[in-house]
Amino acid sequence: MRENHRGLGLFTLLVYVFLLGPLLIIGVASFEPGTILKFPPQGFSLKWYQHIFEVEMFMKTFQTSVLVSFMGNVLALLLGIPAAYALSRFSFKGKDTWNAIFISPVLIPGIVLGFMMLKYLIVAYQLPIYTALFVGHTVIMLPFIIRVIASSLSNFDFSVEEAAHSLGAGHLRTFFTIVLPNIRSGIIAAVIIAFLESFNNVDISVFMTGPGVSTLPIQMLTYVENNFDPTIAAISVLLMIFTAILMFVIERMMGLSYFTKK
Amino acid sequence: MKNTYIYLLLLPGFLFLAVFMLVPILLTIGSTFFLEGSFTLSGYMQFFKDPYFLKILLTTLQVSLVTTALCVILGFPVAYYISKQSPRTKGVLLALAIFPLLTSPVVRSFSWMIILGKNGLLNRSLLALGIVDQPLDILYTPTAMMIGMVHLFLPLILITLVGVLENIDSDLLKAAESLGASKLKAFFKVIVPLSMPGLIVGSILVFVGSLTAYTTPALLGGKQLVVSTFLYQNAITLNDWNSASVIATIMIVVTFVVIALMNVIANKLNPKG
Repeated sequence: MRENHRGLGLFTLLVYVFLLGPLLIIGVASFEPGTILKFPPQGFSLKWYQHIFEVEMFMKTFQTSVLVSFMGNVLALLLGIPAAYALSRFSFKGKDTWNAIFISPVLIPGIVLGFMMLKYLIVAYQLPIYTALFVGHTVIMLPFIIRVIASSLSNFDFSVEEAAHSLGAGHLRTFFTIVLPNIRSGIIAAVIIAFLESFNNVDISVFMTGPGVSTLPIQMLTYVENNFDPTIAAISVLLMIFTAILMFVIERMMGLSYFTKK
Repeated sequence: MKNTYIYLLLLPGFLFLAVFMLVPILLTIGSTFFLEGSFTLSGYMQFFKDPYFLKILLTTLQVSLVTTALCVILGFPVAYYISKQSPRTKGVLLALAIFPLLTSPVVRSFSWMIILGKNGLLNRSLLALGIVDQPLDILYTPTAMMIGMVHLFLPLILITLVGVLENIDSDLLKAAESLGASKLKAFFKVIVPLSMPGLIVGSILVFVGSLTAYTTPALLGGKQLVVSTFLYQNAITLNDWNSASVIATIMIVVTFVVIALMNVIANKLNPKG
């Protein structure tokens, strides 16, 4: 068995090299001083990092991305927390159907959802592009918010809530003073996961661009089509650092085990 | 009273999804069956008669199938290895798999452009080693798409499988061995069947994911179209919304058929039945 495990260990190592090697390569290549992205780089320079801050579109689309993800998150929380509470607190007829409805945005192919939203939100409902972008992102964040919060509610002992009730506290009051503080870390994890989902989204955003409105991933795609300098590599490094920090917070809040549970 | 209360909690989220997602989906699907006010299937006939579209559909299915197979072949042994580690090592390995999953698909596909390009790392290594004397054209081919998508979806199947494998009682393996099964046989007769539900879920995620992925084919596929990039091209570049709606509907149907089919297979294979 030992022998066997050693072979398996080597195989695992190679698969991890495949998984993480490319990300490491971007990181190293981002320091290339020349105008064409190379690996290994021909020297060391931070000029492409500086370049990110000089290109107005990167700064602008970054702001749009953060703002849309943030506002979408707030709305998704307002809509999602009551739904998650109802779905995990009570048993009622048709609960599975309700669950399926709230999960459905992740089942519809993203690119399909994006096109349909372009057709209806922008053309039929005549929403401004910015609003459509925000609504679209809220739709795709909602399932993540509901799932993560429902899973942290399933660990909450509702008899505590009933105790508060029997002592005379109203529904709303128990919810805000007992339930909500108890699932605080679940909510933070949900917000981060939904934020990353929205911040990295291409499929919806690619249809919701217009004069002056675009998101960072879409701007990066456009840039790659026309340039092959190390700017995108430098942005990638910053985004990876950002992801690593958020991942660390998720780990602190509810553990990464959320990801292995389906 | 209680039910009214429940529905009041569910309603805001539901109405939002209904107005901004369900209605657009249903109206788009509906619109593909009507032309100038009368019912017709001509939109679909046109597509399924067109060899160009059939070729795109076929390429997409091929790429997705190979991606799924590769993810299972690479993912299963690794997930098994991870599930056997101490909690600490397991935690580190899982965190290293979750990190790429949370990293932008644009970043991840872009990294393969550096490696697979004409002057990329791979070609320069192969030239330096004298294995090839002309740089290979890998970038902007289905192969490049496949590599990018295996990279994209491998973490997904890894974490799904680890979740299932760590719940399999290792005494079962010992029992099988003590009854005379060889290690390999015990693995295939005990571990593989018990992990089937997780394997099916993971495969659905990968297959549907590659079937509908946009970023990776757009960056690594070049002019090579798959259904999702074809949908985008029809909608945005060609401004042909009728065709785009038909493609969108076909994609939804294919996705749901795949999910349903694999669920049926999962129920058949589930030893707990």
